[in-house]
Amino acid sequence: MSTAAEELKIGSHTLRSRLIVGTGKYKDLEQTRAALEASGADMVTVAVRRLDLNAKGGDSLIGYLKQAGYTLLPNTAGCYTVDDAVRTCRLARELGIAGLVKVEVLGDPKTLFPDVVQTLEASKILVKEGFTVLPYTNDDPITALKLQDIGCAAVMPLAAPIGSGLGIRNPYNLEIIKQTLSVPIIVDAGVGTASDAAIAMELGCDGVLMNTAIAGAQDPVRMARAMRLAVEAGRDAFLAGRIEKRLYASASSPLAGVIGSKHG
Amino acid sequence: MRAMRIEVNGEAREVSQGITVLGLLHALGVQDGPVAVEKNREIVPRAVHASTELHEGDVLEVVHFVGGG
Repeated sequence: MSTAAEELKIGSHTLRSRLIVGTGKYKDLEQTRAALEASGADMVTVAVRRLDLNAKGGDSLIGYLKQAGYTLLPNTAGCYTVDDAVRTCRLARELGIAGLVKVEVLGDPKTLFPDVVQTLEASKILVKEGFTVLPYTNDDPITALKLQDIGCAAVMPLAAPIGSGLGIRNPYNLEIIKQTLSVPIIVDAGVGTASDAAIAMELGCDGVLMNTAIAGAQDPVRMARAMRLAVEAGRDAFLAGRIEKRLYASASSPLAGVIGSKHG
Repeated sequence: MRAMRIEVNGEAREVSQGITVLGLLHALGVQDGPVAVEKNREIVPRAVHASTELHEGDVLEVVHFVGGG
């Protein structure tokens, strides 16, 4: 088994872990720190927000993430227009990042489904500006291919609505996307539990990105570990090449030499 | 010194004329390190915070990273 093959390359970046995790919704910094550590992730997402000018004291989370050596993947969460998403990425770059951005342009607050037309437009602009663009998109192979064609370094189709925990709702589309594109495919959003992450990886996807499934669990640290193991297990199962499904049994023990009377 | 009105993070503020971006950040009690500044929808690079003067009606965004998915 080669371990080098286990690294995930996105643009010029190399990740050791195929699990990318969010840093929102945790109880406190201590829980965030413990969950991130248990997840084994080396890239984590962050959001860009207005500084609360009336609040005292800085946010210790970002300082911790940088000091601990995590690669920051800023997102454009909450943006509903090309302009807002592009401005958010430029601000993120000014804040000092590796150049990777998770582009999400939302179309509707209830489903948080992406507006794929605007996502394409924003991604095009950001690729031109030299960003390593990872767009959050629908599980639509046609849009996914267009995102690759305009120069996105990876494409991140959803499994289900953000934070819904519904799991992989359309494994067939994800499989088609994986078979059609050559850039890494990272399932982003909708994972609820470990088996969802494992299924994403068994389909051949290159990674999984999640936040709520871990942060919203009763025990986020344990769930982070479960997700790490699930992503590793799913990846190994994919690489190992599963058996064909068959309708009837195939005995595991030798058929010859069975004592007693013959059957069938 | 005469005052002028600008907008910071969606709120109207009065600042002295001729104030720079860096001066504004100091006046707001913000350390220059972990924030990014946009003036009238254009990034003001950190290197020019000290030399960029603000004018009446300027609209500023002062942002930072927070936890998120």
